[in-house]
Amino acid sequence: MAIITVNHLRKTYGTRVAVEDVSFSVEEGEVFGIVGRNGAGKTTTVECVAGLRTPTAGTVTVDADLKEQVGVQLQECSLPDKIRVGEALALYASFYSRPAGWRALAEEAGLDLRAPFGKLSGGQRQRLSVALALVGSPRVAILDELTTGLDPRARRETWDQVVRIRERGVTVLLVTHFMEEVERLCDRVAVVSRGRVRAVDTPAGLVARAGGEQRLVFHTDDPVDGLRALPEVASVTTSGSEVTVTGTGDLLSAVAAVLPPSRTRGLRMERTTLDDAFLVLTAESLAGTQEES
Amino acid sequence: MTKAFGKLAAVEARLFLREPMAVFFAIVLPVGLLLALGTTIPGFRDADPSLGGQRFVDAPFTAMMVLLSIVTLGLSVLPGSLVIYRERGVLRRLSTTPVRPGALLAAQLLINVVVSVVATTLTLVLGHLILGVPLPGSPWAFAAVFVLGTLTMLAIGLLLAAVAPNARVVQGAGSALMFPLLFLAGMWLPRPAMPELLGRISDFTPTGAFGQGLMDTLGGHVPQPLHLAVLAGWALAAGLAAARLFRWE
Repeated sequence: MAIITVNHLRKTYGTRVAVEDVSFSVEEGEVFGIVGRNGAGKTTTVECVAGLRTPTAGTVTVDADLKEQVGVQLQECSLPDKIRVGEALALYASFYSRPAGWRALAEEAGLDLRAPFGKLSGGQRQRLSVALALVGSPRVAILDELTTGLDPRARRETWDQVVRIRERGVTVLLVTHFMEEVERLCDRVAVVSRGRVRAVDTPAGLVARAGGEQRLVFHTDDPVDGLRALPEVASVTTSGSEVTVTGTGDLLSAVAAVLPPSRTRGLRMERTTLDDAFLVLTAESLAGTQEES
Repeated sequence: MTKAFGKLAAVEARLFLREPMAVFFAIVLPVGLLLALGTTIPGFRDADPSLGGQRFVDAPFTAMMVLLSIVTLGLSVLPGSLVIYRERGVLRRLSTTPVRPGALLAAQLLINVVVSVVATTLTLVLGHLILGVPLPGSPWAFAAVFVLGTLTMLAIGLLLAAVAPNARVVQGAGSALMFPLLFLAGMWLPRPAMPELLGRISDFTPTGAFGQGLMDTLGGHVPQPLHLAVLAGWALAAGLAAARLFRWE
């Protein structure tokens, strides 16, 4: 049973269309990602889900008390510089009827209770912000651009925090533009571009949709025309001594059977990544909108 | 809900005490000026025939220091912190919790009222003990002026917070208003010494009316109805405008 259902959501500000037509549903207990470029309408969408904005058209249904059971971490929301970590957590805990243990949350996030907000690093601020979103023991956590601007290490620590949220059975709605984040954390993703949903699938499903192609690149002085006949091979292109072979299935073994690896130099294999898939899916949508107009 | 408000007010109070500038300008400076100048400048403690035999420290100086503290709170401290809270998304963040952002506004107002009571009490009590400034003959008349004046200045602070787009503008506008308003209250040129037109204008300004009301009640007189009416009018107008114009984000 879906805990969040968004149906043909549309949001305009005057003549500017922030969200054109967005529909998706989030199942209880999953980590659902909304991925798209800046300005694609991701934040507006989750702000409508969080009840911060009223949709122009369409419906948003959340099967939980918005204030009590939905924890929110917003982009560009901070705290007064002089408030201490412990004070902020205790304060927010006092707002809810069934708060979580805030000391444990702080410890889990590796935060010093006495540190003032103004002295925290970017990663610590983000982890505090997530802890604040969890302090009411919510059923749903909405996390917007969680790791933007963080260094790789801080990003990993924040991801660990999200994994722990999921283990508690909290449903997570995660907005991001990092494919690596989607791959690590999300069970399913909605790809949003220009205010519309282009695809909703698992990360692996998105890769498969984008072709799921593998690519072998190597140098050889041998003739390569024989490779074209292999069923696994889709295309062979050469550029001087460099050869690029694309295809599916067990491409590497098939190629090796015809062309012994000892006859090749600098062999590397590339797969379609989620990044590629995202570019393909949103490029199609861009072409689509051009045709429409 | 009341538990949450209590907690919010307690945290806001601690945050206020951690701002050295706010504590200095709202409490330390007015009380310090009264005691420092009152004890060192001999003329301030001599009976002044132009004040009907009162000493300068008794009513005018004490009144101006009470006013200084409350004007600082209304034009700088309150709007400054509210605009920063809006700018930083603190109010927006609160609106996603069971607590309404209005609770934070109420907590801020409460703290500013408490600080103005503390500063005024310290000014009166220390002035009385150290300089022999008489306590208000009619505490109720003084309290009425104090309450109306404080409401007026805080309502103006709310209006500033409502219309200022960011923290820098609100600080600039607060200081730009503060000096003419303190001048019109008689901070540098006592109201009796003002040219008639200036005095008349001063009567209708929030600080002129507040300052005169404080001087009257500290000097053992009844506040003039005109000044009470002027204060009530400003409080109502600024309060209503602020309520209409205030934005949470």
